[in-house]
Amino acid sequence: MSATDVTVQSTARTHDVAAAPRNHPGRWIAAAALVVLCVGWVVSLWSNPNIDHATIADFLFDGRILQGVLLTVGLTACSMLLATALAVALAVMRLSANPVLRVMSWAYTWFFRGTPLLVQIVFWGYLGLLYQSISLGIPFTSVHFFSANTNTIVTPFVAGLLALGMNEAAYASEIVRAGLLSVDNGQVEAAHSLGMSPAYTLRRIIVPQAMRVIIPPMGNETISMLKNTALLQLIAVPELYTRASWISAQNLSQVELLIVASAWYLLLTSVLSVPQYYLERRYGRGAGRSLPVTPWQQARQTVVRLRSRVTQVAHTDPRNPGTEADS
Amino acid sequence: MTRSLLVEARNVRKHFGAHHVLKGIDLEVRRGEVMCLLGPSGSGKSTFLRCINHLEKVDGGRIYVDGELMGYEEGTSPKGRAREMKPKQIAAQRRSIGMVFQRFNLFPHLTALENITEAPIGVARHDRAHARARGMELLRRVGLTDHAGAYPAHLSGGQQQRVAIARALAMEPKLMLFDEPTSALDPELVGDVLSVMRDLARSGMTMIVVTHEIGFAREVADQVVFMDDGVVVESGTPSHVIDDPQHERTRAFLDSVL
Ligand SMILES: Nc1ncnc2c1ncn2[C@@H]1O[C@H](COP(=O)(O)OP(=O)(O)O)[C@@H](O)[C@H]1O
Ligand SMILES: [Mg+2]
Repeated sequence: MSATDVTVQSTARTHDVAAAPRNHPGRWIAAAALVVLCVGWVVSLWSNPNIDHATIADFLFDGRILQGVLLTVGLTACSMLLATALAVALAVMRLSANPVLRVMSWAYTWFFRGTPLLVQIVFWGYLGLLYQSISLGIPFTSVHFFSANTNTIVTPFVAGLLALGMNEAAYASEIVRAGLLSVDNGQVEAAHSLGMSPAYTLRRIIVPQAMRVIIPPMGNETISMLKNTALLQLIAVPELYTRASWISAQNLSQVELLIVASAWYLLLTSVLSVPQYYLERRYGRGAGRSLPVTPWQQARQTVVRLRSRVTQVAHTDPRNPGTEADS
Repeated sequence: MTRSLLVEARNVRKHFGAHHVLKGIDLEVRRGEVMCLLGPSGSGKSTFLRCINHLEKVDGGRIYVDGELMGYEEGTSPKGRAREMKPKQIAAQRRSIGMVFQRFNLFPHLTALENITEAPIGVARHDRAHARARGMELLRRVGLTDHAGAYPAHLSGGQQQRVAIARALAMEPKLMLFDEPTSALDPELVGDVLSVMRDLARSGMTMIVVTHEIGFAREVADQVVFMDDGVVVESGTPSHVIDDPQHERTRAFLDSVL
């Protein structure tokens, strides 16, 4: 007995020695230097006489800027929807048994990933120079159902939407493809054995499982998309950055309006992580780990915990014996 | 007693590339009968089972289930040969055949009950409330009433396999195919699954079971078939094939698994 006591004590002692934190003077010095640098930079920005804080405050909630914000959000949402729909089609084509579809999907990705987004945007913006009118009819005949001037259909908004959406589809299709491939083939067999059609199997069995793999990178893509909408300034789509540049061209407060636009972009990208969080939760069901709590649930739990602590304190409070009698 | 044929396989052949996996399989299963398929690994048992519900296309021969040619339309091609059906028709044919897999293949994003009701609601267009009630009844039958809301990841292997059996039964199949349903289970969980299968056999379900559980085959099977290297080596009642095998290959296999 005493022998084991001795070993227990000696190991406990060694644990004590190991648990004592080491000093890292270098770490502290580096951290302090960085903090000083950052604070210095912010202060220098803030106190820079070339930045007029009043102008920033004036334009942060200017009507034109807010309209730009709205259009930026709308463009991001619409382009991502278009991109996702195209991406699913491209990914399914890429995985199909039909070689023509496979090659078409490959060629699409090859083209739209292989040319600069900026060039694609300008191309869509100048589509009117290439085709004066757009018509719908039967090829190689004179039958036309519908015909219109290109510039009335492909407005700057439509051109921007097509440019961003079609470019993004090329990247998103690879993400969707990886997601579809991540689903075990046994799932398809089980679904087929129950009499589910290929389309039903894709929609109800494969896609919901692929979503777990697809959503995190698509969140990234959405953030990129939000910022890429600024490129549409080139074809005069009146989104956030375009509006900011128009205003600064008039009042010459370039830096101030850049700061205004950046602040909005930062806010929007931060807000975007909220829907991503909920989507991940939605499609993480059954994934083995228990679901993370939503911020709302977290808040409720905190309130409940605080309340129980308050009542506890009340119960043991000697100045308040009434509550004790209640319980 | 002569019961009508439910499954009829005629000269079924299948190859993967140059590899002949099925070299002409002839089998018959009568209504209400349980057939156990034995054979060493790689002998083509799974492939044959998957040919029955057309998860695998046969290269030659025919499989009839309840008088219907599986996966093909008789004499529709210009040369008078059978042509493969449209995916919709194949899906419709598969609805009357339940299948249970070695690795369960439950849908991980759905609860146990949702796994069972997905096909009845989405495919057979049953009323939702009715499908759920029937799903609960099936869960009771496999002894998992308390786990209706559990996701597969939170169930043991044995429980998952019993949910998988209930899922297959929910489409009210005429025929149930089992591909080594207990091979992926811990030994102590095998019994529960076998007992569910035993009850199912007693209730009159027609079953084809690929298994290495010789005890189960001896007790439940009406017919035992021993396959090796893509051919049926011998078949007959359990007492014939298991207790008095005529072929050396059957004897060697039984010695290795018993
Ligand atoms: N999809 C496939 N592609 C190529 N070979 C396969 C495929 N499926 C099965 N095989 C081969 O066919 C043979 C029989 O397989 P299987 O039917 O699974 O045997 P068993 O179920 O009797 O163990 C094995 O040699 C296997 O490698
Ligand atoms: Mg097998």
